[in-house]
Formats: sequence, structure tokens, C-alpha cells
Amino acid sequence: MAPTKTLETAVGLFVVLGLAALFMLAMQVSNIRELGNNDGYTVNANFENIGGLKVRAPVTLAGVRIGRVVNIAIDPQTYEAVVRFTIAPEYHLPTDTSASILTSGLLGEQYIGLEPGGMDTDLQEGDTIKLTQSALVLEKLVGRLVTTLAGSDKP
Amino acid sequence: MIAQLRRLGRFVLDKLGRLGRASLFFMDMVIALGAFLFTRPGLVIQQVYSVGVLSLPIIVVSGLFVGMVLGLQGYTNLVDFGAESSLGAVVALSLVQELGPVVSALLYAGRAGSALTAEIGLMKATEQISSMEMMAVDPFQRVIAPRFLAGLIALPLLACIFTAVGILGGYYVAVQQLGVDAGTFWSQMQGRVEWVDDIINGVLVKSIAFSLVANWIAVFEGYDAIPTSEGIGRATTRTVVNTSLAVLGLDFMLTALMFGDK
Amino acid sequence: MIFDGIDLDIPRGRITVIMGPSGTGKTTLLRLIGGQLRPLTGTIDVAGERVHKLSKPDLYRLRKQMGMLFQSGALFSDLSVFENVAFPIREHTRLPETLIRTLVLMKLESVGLRGAWRLMPNQLSGGMARRVALARAIALDPMLIMYDEPFAGQDPISMGVLVKLIRTLNDALGMTSIVVSHDVQEAASIADYIYLIADGRVMEQGTPETLGQAPSAWARQFMQALPDGPVAFHYPAPDYAADLLSGEVQ
Repeated sequence: MAPTKTLETAVGLFVVLGLAALFMLAMQVSNIRELGNNDGYTVNANFENIGGLKVRAPVTLAGVRIGRVVNIAIDPQTYEAVVRFTIAPEYHLPTDTSASILTSGLLGEQYIGLEPGGMDTDLQEGDTIKLTQSALVLEKLVGRLVTTLAGSDKP
Repeated sequence: MIAQLRRLGRFVLDKLGRLGRASLFFMDMVIALGAFLFTRPGLVIQQVYSVGVLSLPIIVVSGLFVGMVLGLQGYTNLVDFGAESSLGAVVALSLVQELGPVVSALLYAGRAGSALTAEIGLMKATEQISSMEMMAVDPFQRVIAPRFLAGLIALPLLACIFTAVGILGGYYVAVQQLGVDAGTFWSQMQGRVEWVDDIINGVLVKSIAFSLVANWIAVFEGYDAIPTSEGIGRATTRTVVNTSLAVLGLDFMLTALMFGDK
Repeated sequence: MIFDGIDLDIPRGRITVIMGPSGTGKTTLLRLIGGQLRPLTGTIDVAGERVHKLSKPDLYRLRKQMGMLFQSGALFSDLSVFENVAFPIREHTRLPETLIRTLVLMKLESVGLRGAWRLMPNQLSGGMARRVALARAIALDPMLIMYDEPFAGQDPISMGVLVKLIRTLNDALGMTSIVVSHDVQEAASIADYIYLIADGRVMEQGTPETLGQAPSAWARQFMQALPDGPVAFHYPAPDYAADLLSGEVQ
């Protein structure tokens, strides 16, 4: 009672179609192509406040994505956030590169923007970026604005 | 008051009894799966045809429409914030995490699950199951297990197809009709959709879990059906209702586990 | 409780007919013999094996030597006539395709339906379906074959065909046959021995000739199909006139 040829062919086509759909989801829809690039070098940066930054957030240089955040932790001594992120191996950045946490658009997600400095030595695997700028927290911003305004009113 | 309590008690006992029977049934099925799996692939192929290939049209058409609606709705909502560039991500994430696996499981319950139940119930009512037993052929190996396994394979594939077609539908509406930039559409999508967390966890793990539940319910309800036309009708209804409830409940739990902490 | 102290001996190589009114559990009896049901108490032995004590593999081994013809025929509706008859052969043997074809055509020939091998079950009449089912039941040459109401709902011609088939198959293949029926004439015409069952007990037993002599009023009523007798025409009810005059609703 072997299934007929056409039936077998139809089932074969069905399976191929399903796998092709999965392949499309992998290659065209998801970031699987970037997973291979994950093996760049990792760099740390300490921030006073990371705002809404999340693991896997993009790391950009001049607006171009060159890496991603892989881990966020707290330094128990300084109580600062330690953000670890990868940078694709083809990008070599000077050691005095600065990192800031920026927001894409008004309501968009937060990402790390890098700005290269002028040193001759390059950042290596495991290095820590010294120059960082924390995320802008709206409440603090407003608070500072209010005190400034109040201060300027006084004299 | 006492009568109502008794009715409640009978209801609970009845449900517990069904659950117990369903569990025993599942065990028998798994044992039968182990026994026949490698000797009779032909049986499974035939069933993949009837639950998988024959479900393709409804899956493709529904996927296309769901994707197109997502594109349209997403655009009208996002354009107010000037965020229509993230339309690709919105369409893909909704499909990959929720709509793809859930809607295809619901459609599957209606198209293939009910047919499985009715077929097995009818085989029972016309004594085909009984006569198989009398011919010393285990109906679990010959009827139940191949259908279950075929369904188990078919639904995840259908969910992948549904999701992919849905994204293409969203692409068509967003890019071809509403003029969102194609590059932005795809790059936003790729930037937000994770291979492991979204595709594997979302589409694959979810649809395999739904497939397990949907096919288990379908073959069990058929096997447990009262062998009359009314009994089979009720069993078919129960398959669709129970599968829908189980899939939605399970979806909530899986979503909470997978995406809850983000 | 369907049976109460029932005791049957089915001799080898003979046709034993079990008759009784509808709803006396004749089909249940066959299912007990086939091991599909287990008795609460008592024993069932087939060919020296205690059916209800067997493990599943042993029971399946024993069932390969049993055939059963179900009332509806119970053909697999998704398989052709040929594949239906080939089904037990394919499941239990590893014979080459040419040999299977020969065997199937031989079995179909013996029930006179070799020409119908291409048909699907839904293209068969009730009598033909039952004959195909019979060919399927004897596909593995069983030692015991059970017929569940083989004559129910058949026209006179197909009834005659079935009567002849049961007799000739039994004699030609040397099988033991158990026929459950309530068609008195047909059943009596092929029986070597008859059990009359009612109310969970054996009411009468004997060869067709001795039963025809009507030892008890009940057996006489059953064998001669009289509408009234020990089994009353009326379902138990209060007095007719009193019931009509009482005027009670519900």
C-alpha cells in the first residue's frame, strides 16, 4: 500500500515549501546573517546611567551599525553600569573613543553611539572605554532646567 | 444546593476522567510511535498529505490577508508618529511572535484537526477500528500514531509558510501600495527580529508546542468519540473548541516565558 | 450484568450458531471470545489459551488465527476491495507482491467477487461488502471465524449466497465457525449445533432437529417466530382500561 507517486511528490513539495519559508524567515527577516559577525572584539564601557538601553541594542559609529550590546551588569564597587558590546573586527577604533547613549527618534529605542578620538593605539579585546556620556533622563533634565531657571531669576 | 454541588462534582470527575484517559491514550500513542516509526514511513507520508498539503490553500490565503491587514493597520497607526519606517519590524514581530503560530494553529484545528477527529470517529463507528484489532493489527500503530506524527510535522511547516507569506503580504501593502522604502522595511525588520529569540522561540517552538496539543486533542477526541453520528459531531466540535482554548492558553504561557522579561 | 452463568462449548470444525432475541449480548459474546472485552468473572478458552489472561502480544498472536465478520462488514473505506483483502496479509507477512496478488484473487474468487477487486467499498452493495469482508476475514486462513449477524438486512439472494459461503468455507478450510444470528431459518439451515440465549442464560441447546421438536414453550416461540407466548407481546404496563381512564398526564 505504497502512497502514489503524485501524493509523494506533493508531500515532498510541501516539506520543501515549509523549509523554504523557514529559510526566508532566517535570511530575509531575522538577523541571522549578523550572528556570524558576532565574533568581533568586545569592549566595555561604564555609564552612570544607561536609561532604557537593552541587551542587543545597536552600537553605531557615525550612524552606521558596527556592533551590538551583549551584556549589561553593575560594577559592585562603583555602582556604575558596565555595558559590554561587540564591535565587528574590521573596525579599528582609537583607545580614546567616547561612547554615549543616544535615542533614535523621539520615542525610539536607545543605542550606543561611538565617537573616535585621536590616539594612535587601537582598542583591544576587553578594553574599557573611559569617556562615556550617560543617557539623558527626562526627569533629571527637567529638574536641572528648573533649578537653572530659578537660579537665573534670583539676582 | 446539594444537587448543584453534586452536579459540580460530577462535572469535575468527568473532566478528570477524560484527562486521565487522554493521558493514557498519549502514552499508548508514544509507545506505538516508537514501534512503527521506522518501519512504515509510507503511512505518515499519506497523512502529511491530508493534513498538511490539503491545508495549504487556507494557510496561504489567510497568511496573505493577515499580513496585508497588519501592513495597512500598522501604517495608519505609525504614520501619526512619523515612525512608518519601523513598519517592517512591527509586521514581522507580530507575525513571528504571535500571529503566525497562533492563527495557523487555529486554522489547522478547523481544517485538519476536525477532519482527523471525524475520520477516526467514523472508523470507530463503522467498526473499522474494532475489525483492525480483530485482525491483530494495533490501531494505535496503524491509525492513531501515523496521523499524530504527520500532524506534528505538518503544523510547524504550515506555521512557517503562514508567517513567511504574511510578511510578504505586509511587504506588498507597505512597499508597493503605501510607498514605504523597501530597504528601510527590510533593514528595520532585520534589526529587530532575532533569529534565536524570535524565529526559533516564536515560530518554531510555539508551533511545535501547539502542534503537539492540537494533534493530541484531535486524535484523542476521535478515538474517544461516542460511535454515533451525534457523538462524532460533538467530538468534532470539541476538537475545534478545545484546541482553540488550549492553543490560546498555551500561547499566553509561552509568551510570558519567552518574551515576558523584555 | 449481561451474562449470568453462561456456559458454551464450541466444537472444532463445526458451525455453532448462537441465537437469541435482540439485545441479549450475542455480539458481546463474540467480543469476549476475541479478547476485545474481559469478563468480570469466569473463563474463556480458545484453542487451549485463556483469552482474557493473555498479554497483548500473545492476544494478537492468537487473533491472527481468528477471523471476524462484523455486522457492517467494517471494510476500510479508504482502501479498495483488493487492498482491503490484502490488508491482513501485508500486515502480518512479508510476501512478495505477486504472491499477495495471487492470494487476494484466490480469496476473492472463493466469495465470487474476483471481478470487483478494483472497486471502492462505497461502490459495493451491502451483501457484496459483507462478502469482501468475509474474504478479508479468511485471508490468513484462520482456525476460527466468527460471524456477527451475517444475514441481517440482506435480500433473499445475498442471504442465500452467504448461507452457502459459510457452509462451504467451513467445510473446505476446516475452520471452526461461530454464527451469531436471529434469522432462524437461515441459521438453522447451516448449524451443526445451536445455542438459544436469552436473559443472559442458555435457554436451550441442541442440533437443529432436536430444537425443532420444541422442548420448551419459549424455544418454540422463538424458533417459529410467534408474536405472543412466554415472551409477551406487550411491554409490562398497568391495566389497559384503568390506564386510559385514569386521565393522568405524565
